[in-house]
Amino acid sequence: MNPIALFVTCLVDQALPEVGVATARLLRRAGFQVEFPQAQTCCGQPFFNSGYRTQARELAQHTVALLQPYEAIVLPSGSCTAMIRLEYPHLLADNPRWYYAARRVAAKTYELSEFLAKFAPDFLADHKLETMPLVSSKSPITYHDSCHMNRMLHLRAQPRAALRAAGYEIVEMAESERCCGFGGLFSVKMPEVSNAMTVAKLRLARQTAVTTLITADPGCLQQMRGMVCPGDGLVVKHLAVALEEALSGNAEEQEQ
Amino acid sequence: MTATMREFRDRATIAIEDVRLQTALEAATGRFCTARAAALAKLPWVEAMRDQFKAMRAATLANLAQHLEQFERQATAVGAQVHWARGGAEACAIVTGIAQRRGVTLVTKSKSMATEEIHLNTALAQAGIQPVETDLGEWIIQLAGEAPSHIIAPAIHKTKEQVAALFAQELGQTELPADIPALTAVARQMLRAKFLAAGMGISGGNLAVAETGSVVLVTNEGNGRMVTSAPPVHVAVIGIEKIAPTWDDAALWLSLLARSATGQPMSIYTTVVTGPKRAGDPDGPEEVHVVLLDNGRSQLIGSKYEEILQCIRCGACLNICPVYREAGGHAYGSPYSGPIGAVLSPLLFGLEKYPALPHASSLCGACKEVCPARIDLPRMLLELRADLVAQGLASPVEQFLEQGAALTMRSSRVWQFVTAMGRWGQRPLLQNGRLTLPASLNPVGERQLPHLAAKSFRELWRQGEV
Repeated sequence: MNPIALFVTCLVDQALPEVGVATARLLRRAGFQVEFPQAQTCCGQPFFNSGYRTQARELAQHTVALLQPYEAIVLPSGSCTAMIRLEYPHLLADNPRWYYAARRVAAKTYELSEFLAKFAPDFLADHKLETMPLVSSKSPITYHDSCHMNRMLHLRAQPRAALRAAGYEIVEMAESERCCGFGGLFSVKMPEVSNAMTVAKLRLARQTAVTTLITADPGCLQQMRGMVCPGDGLVVKHLAVALEEALSGNAEEQEQ
Repeated sequence: MTATMREFRDRATIAIEDVRLQTALEAATGRFCTARAAALAKLPWVEAMRDQFKAMRAATLANLAQHLEQFERQATAVGAQVHWARGGAEACAIVTGIAQRRGVTLVTKSKSMATEEIHLNTALAQAGIQPVETDLGEWIIQLAGEAPSHIIAPAIHKTKEQVAALFAQELGQTELPADIPALTAVARQMLRAKFLAAGMGISGGNLAVAETGSVVLVTNEGNGRMVTSAPPVHVAVIGIEKIAPTWDDAALWLSLLARSATGQPMSIYTTVVTGPKRAGDPDGPEEVHVVLLDNGRSQLIGSKYEEILQCIRCGACLNICPVYREAGGHAYGSPYSGPIGAVLSPLLFGLEKYPALPHASSLCGACKEVCPARIDLPRMLLELRADLVAQGLASPVEQFLEQGAALTMRSSRVWQFVTAMGRWGQRPLLQNGRLTLPASLNPVGERQLPHLAAKSFRELWRQGEV
C-alpha cells in the first residue's frame, strides 16, 4: 500500500497530541507508511453543526484538496470521519467537480479501528502472540460508544474487537451508547445540560467498577475527562492510546 | 412562551438542580425506553413495518389535500360537522362558538396536544366556560397551573407527594396520603361528577381515517371514551397532518403508536368516533364536530421540513433524548418538548421566539433511531441552525467568533500562529498541567477546561518525535 494520510483532527493536534502519536505508531506497527499532510487544520464540523455552512464548505474544500492524493486517510475520531464521509458530499454538492472529489475522499476515509479491521485484520492478535505479555489479563476496561461513530458509521464491533485483540477485557456498561454530553459547541452553548449529561454518563461507567474508560473520539475524551476529578479513580483514555500501550507494553507510562 | 438561550439554560438548570425531578425523570424515561425496545423486539418484521409506515406517511402528505377532502366528505356524510381552522385563534373561536351556541358552561377534555398548542383552555375560560382535564396527568398539571412536560406523560415531573398535596387542596382537605391507588380513587370520584355534568366534551385525535370520516383516540384511562360519548356535544381538534387514508393504514399506525409510546401492544382503550348518535343508539353525542387545525403545518409541505409532519406524537424521542432527560420538558417553553419539540416549536411558532431549541441537542442521533417514522430529527436541527445564521438570529459575538475561527483554520500557517499565541497566553493560567480559571470566568461551569498541549502534534511530527 502507498503511504496513508493521518488526519489527526484539530483537537488532537492542539490539545491531545499523545492520541496522534499513538495512532501514528500503531499504524506503523501494522506495517503502513504514514504521512502527516502538514496543511491540515479542521474538518469543518464545528461550523457545519452550528449552522455556518459557508465556513464549513471552505474548510471542507481545503481538506478535500489536501487529502485527495492519498490512497487512504485514517482518523482517530469517529465523529470527524462521519463528517468527511457523510456530510462532505452533501455540503459540496453544488459544484460537480468538488462533489466528485468529496465522494472520492469520502470513500477512502476511515476511522482508526475500522481501518485496522479492514486492512490489517490479524495485526493486533498476531502482534500479541509475538510480544507476550502485553497487557495482563487483569486490565479490564469499559467502552463508551461515541454517537457519530455508533449511529452514523455503525462501528460498534471494530473498536471492541481491537481492544480484545490487544488483551483488554471489556466490562460493558449500561447504556454504552448514551451520549457523553459533548456535542461539539453544544458543550459550550449549554454547559449546564452538557455537564449533567456527562455526570449521568460517568455514573454508568463507574457502575462497572472498572477504572479505565475508553472512547474512540477526542471530543468525548475531552468532555468526560473534564468532569473527572483528579484522584477519583477513573481514567479516561483514547482507543489509540490504549491499543498502543498494550502493544508497547507500557500501560502505566502514558497516564493522562 | 419563548425559549431564548438564556431562558432555556435557566429553566434547564432549575430542573437539573431538582434532585426529585431528576430521579423521577430518569426512572420514567428509562422505563419507557426499556418497554419500547421490548415491545418492538416482539414484533416480527418491525423494521419493515417502520419502513412501510414512513412510506405511507410520506405518500399521505404528498396528497394531503385530497385525503383531507375525502375525510370531510365521509365525516359529513355520517352527520359530523367539519371545520377548517387556519390558526390557533380561529380554532379557539370555532370551539368556544359551538359551546356558546349550546349554552355550555362546563366542558370535559381528554388529552390533546393540539389544544395545548392553541391554548384552548385559556380561550374557554375567557369565554366563561370551565374546561376540566380528565386525563389524570393533564388534570394534575391543570390543578397545578402548569404546562405539560412530556407529550404522553404530561405530569412526568411530579412526584406522588406533590400530587397528594394538589388533590388535598382541591378537596379542601389538609392532607391526603401519597398512595397511588388511593389518589387514583380520588380522581375517579371527582372526575365522574364532571363527566356527567359537562355540556360538551373536547378531545384531540391520534389520527383521522379518511375513508370513513372517523376520528381515532387512544387512552389508557378510558377518559377519552367518557369525553366523547357522555356529553351531548363532542368536538375533536386534530392537526391536518394526522390523517390515515384507509383503515389498513390506521392499523399500521396503531400497531406502532402504543409500542413506541409506552411499550404496550395497544393502548387500553382505542375509541373510534364516526359521526354522532344514530337513531336507535342508546347513547352517544347528538353533535360531533371535527376541527381540522393547520396552524403553520401546511406551509411546511414542500419545504425541507415536510418530514416533521410524519410525527405521530408517541414521545419515543423524548424518552431516549439525553438532553430532555436532564433538562426536562419545561425548559423548552413549548407544549412540544424533546427533539420533536426542538424542531416543531420553531417551525410552528417562529424561529425568532425559540432560537435556543435548535441548539438543545448534542446531535447524538438517538431520536432518529427510535422514531417509528424514522424522522431525521438531527438533520432538521442542523437545517434550523443554518436558518438561524442565515436569518441573522445568531448573536453578533457568536458570528464574529465562528467567522474568525473559520478564517484562522483556512490556513495552517495562520492556525499555527494563533495556537502558538494561545500557548503563550495560557501560561499564567496553567497549574499542575490544568487550566485554572476563577469559577465565575469558566464558561463551561464545573467542567475542567481543555488547554493547548505544550507541543502540538505537528510540532512533534516535525521534530521527529512521533
